[in-house]
Amino acid sequence: MSAAAKTREALEQVTILFSGDSGDGMQLTGSQLTTTSAILGNDVSTLPDYPSEIRAPAGSVAGVSAFQLHFSHQEIHTPGDNPDVLVAMNPAGLKTNLSRLLPNGVLIVDQDAFSERNLAKAGYENNPLDDPELGTCYQLHPVPVTTLTLNALDDLDLKRTVKMRCKNFFTLGLVYWLYDRPLEQSLEWIDKKFARIPLVAEANRLALQAGYHYGDTSEAFAVQWTVPGASNEAGTYRIINGNEAAALGFVTAARLAGKPLVYSSYPITPATDVLNHLSRWKHMDVRTIQTEDEIAAMGSAIGAAYGGAFSVTGTSGPGVCLKSEAIGLAVMLELPLVILNVQRGGPSTGLPTKTEQADLLQAMFGRHGESPLPILAAASPGDCFDTVIEAFRIAVRHCTPVFVLSEGYLANGSEPWRIPSLQEMEPIVVRHPFDPEGFQPYARDAATLARPWVLPGTAGMEHCIGGLEKHPPTGAVSYAPEDHEEMCRLRADKVARVADFIPGLEVDGSLDAILLVLTWGGTCGAALTAVRRARECGRSVAHAHLRYLNPFPQNLGKLLVRYEKVLIPELNSGQLALLIRGRYLVDAISFPKLRGQPFTVREIEVRIEELLS
Amino acid sequence: MNPETGTGKLTRKDFAASQDVRWCPGCGNNAILAQMQKTLPELGIPRENIVIISGIGCSSRFPYYMNTYGIHSIHGRAPTLAMGLKCARPELQVWVVTGDGDGLAIGGNHFTHALRRNVDINILLFNNRIYGLTKGQYSPTSEIGARTSSSPDGSIENPVNPVGLAIGSEASFIARTVDVFQKHMSGVLRRSADHRGASLVEIAQNCIIFNDATWGHITDPDNRLENVLYLEHGKPMRFGKQGEKGIRLNGLRPEVVRVVDVGEENLLVHDEQASEPTLAYLLSRMGPPDFPTPLGVFRAVEKPVYSQLLMEQVHNAQAEKAADLDALFRQGETWTVPEQPGGGKR
Repeated sequence: MSAAAKTREALEQVTILFSGDSGDGMQLTGSQLTTTSAILGNDVSTLPDYPSEIRAPAGSVAGVSAFQLHFSHQEIHTPGDNPDVLVAMNPAGLKTNLSRLLPNGVLIVDQDAFSERNLAKAGYENNPLDDPELGTCYQLHPVPVTTLTLNALDDLDLKRTVKMRCKNFFTLGLVYWLYDRPLEQSLEWIDKKFARIPLVAEANRLALQAGYHYGDTSEAFAVQWTVPGASNEAGTYRIINGNEAAALGFVTAARLAGKPLVYSSYPITPATDVLNHLSRWKHMDVRTIQTEDEIAAMGSAIGAAYGGAFSVTGTSGPGVCLKSEAIGLAVMLELPLVILNVQRGGPSTGLPTKTEQADLLQAMFGRHGESPLPILAAASPGDCFDTVIEAFRIAVRHCTPVFVLSEGYLANGSEPWRIPSLQEMEPIVVRHPFDPEGFQPYARDAATLARPWVLPGTAGMEHCIGGLEKHPPTGAVSYAPEDHEEMCRLRADKVARVADFIPGLEVDGSLDAILLVLTWGGTCGAALTAVRRARECGRSVAHAHLRYLNPFPQNLGKLLVRYEKVLIPELNSGQLALLIRGRYLVDAISFPKLRGQPFTVREIEVRIEELLS
Repeated sequence: MNPETGTGKLTRKDFAASQDVRWCPGCGNNAILAQMQKTLPELGIPRENIVIISGIGCSSRFPYYMNTYGIHSIHGRAPTLAMGLKCARPELQVWVVTGDGDGLAIGGNHFTHALRRNVDINILLFNNRIYGLTKGQYSPTSEIGARTSSSPDGSIENPVNPVGLAIGSEASFIARTVDVFQKHMSGVLRRSADHRGASLVEIAQNCIIFNDATWGHITDPDNRLENVLYLEHGKPMRFGKQGEKGIRLNGLRPEVVRVVDVGEENLLVHDEQASEPTLAYLLSRMGPPDFPTPLGVFRAVEKPVYSQLLMEQVHNAQAEKAADLDALFRQGETWTVPEQPGGGKR
């Protein structure tokens, strides 16, 4: 059969899941398809899912590494629910993810990897490919990927093990053909990546092309699908994940203020990449400190903020536990800095590489005493950029530590990001008083209640601040009952005043709908998509998303009472719901999920249906 | 300009804060405070460029009494704040004031790592071998058998030796002095201030309430010269009322000898600049009952300084690459969506 005989069909969107061994290069394959699809003009959203072990036993279920990609002609907000396509590189990859593949979905497997040994490692008693039902339930394409890759590389003087590693590019090539994607971007990437080992570059190039031609010529694939480009807002784009977006946001915030950035951190999944990125950006006057522990990272952040730098410490939930005493000190000292928590499944070591949103109450209340601070959460990978900049604006304006909550889902997930222009951004104005006349360390700005951010080195304003309670406004140590009460009130009021400076909550949909779906963090995308789909089916439902979790936007209470029902889906056991119920006496319905995975659109859609029927 | 002297030169008074000092009368901390207030003006560093950071404990009230910049932080963590501050502002002179509980128990990790990194800070460790602020529990430096409010039957813990721990942490400057030896302390503080890199000064300090006379064997005027070995770089190690005794090395073991018996040329000669810390460690092990307690500078070597290395990396990177934020945004593959009539909207 020639290529001309094949049919072409257009699709609105595709969700594809690559599933294989940790060593199979699934993350790379997925990210290549992501970039190519984005350049083609599709909107994209990704969900990498990998084990916490660097190399779990090869071929085992524990070692399965997966990458889900959703690309679409339309604007999308999630990496897709269940995949339309599953590419399984080995039996374990099939076993782990087959149940997620949609009925009649496309199933591509490397049949060469289904050896007795691999089947046993995955816990299969019989070869599932021999089960006739597999071909009935799905569009099964067993492809001898290993053999075909080795054949394609026959002429190259490379070890068999090196050639084997090109399997993922063969698979990628096949998928490129299947969805009519050009090879150029990946070919260029290969040339750059393997510039120093041309033979390996050649091997990967050949494998990619061989995979593409296999799709084109094999009778097994009769249909080629196309997914036309989306009409994005004009601008220059790139793919970005949440951790890089946060790192760029920090650098940008410092630049907007003309300040050096000090990032002190202890390696912890899934926040480590923020440290890795920033340590490479010293030319931007970024100073990274890899401290001896989480506590030291927080202490250093306080020291750097005291010295006048834009100061950040980044971590994940277990790290926040360790930092909490020092965060309390930052609250007491009233110094501007940002604490980034890239949340993961907990408690304790929990699920290091899986996502969760269960640290909201920790951020809110996880310190002793009355210890309020502002909390923001990012909604999408790209939104991490804007959120951390906004966090710095608040930190500086109110002279306070600020929490930013990200999630493993956002940190590792990626989406197209419109590259911003620095000129379009408002500078961050920083004032350091230097007139000793009448200076008091805890005097307050009338509007923001910020105390002055005086820098050491300023003559005539020498003073000592500390963790002990103070007399307002001198800052002198005081245990007087009236002083403690007043200082607690001032610290709380100062955080509450942030609400005077932030935008009101906006609603997607009608103010007069019956149901409001209220979200925070990475649940935004799935909820927004579910709500819009439900509305298309005639349901009376709206969506609102909270970026500011402390304080809440001023109009939140008024909005909530407009709706007969309020549904709060979140990846915890109902933390925002608890805050909303406590604060506004609204009978919000909690929709918890604790599976280490983000919400699917369908899950929320079903819940909306249940509530409105 | 100093309003008191009418000159640019600062005096002791310039460094005294207006706060009332609230340590117990007779506390060794008062003597240390007096020496710091006397020594700092001699350094020629503007008062506003000095920051004193402390943790928690009696000693950690120190910054409140100094008219410099200061932070009274949380238990054990002062070195971490100092580290962050030096990374933001390498030009400031930063002192850490800590105690045996603050610095060696709860803050032991940071103590070790601050010294290892050679952050350019000066750590003053007030060692009174007791928890004072919580009213008399044994500390990491309390001796075995110490009867305290939390060890009524005697402490069963091996004490840590601060100098030895500092050596193990690769510290580049290590010294020991005593609260009541005013002149000696002043000299050691100056050396510490002048040292580039992390410096540790252990100050034997008396807690008059909970552990009085814990350092009596070296502070008692009658026996002081018998029990103290003053370390002087390049000088043979002699002690005793007339300097009649000395330290000789016998194999790998030091021994106390009479100088007349062995001759001064056979005594150990102090070398604070030795590249290996072997001698310093050997000295750190000396003390009662068999040896005098060494005081002075154990070790003072030049090592690369953390904050300086960090800023070198920053400056080198800046020299190599323009601080172009837009270029950073555009790392990796980019694509452009042209303006469309009517315009698409994400």
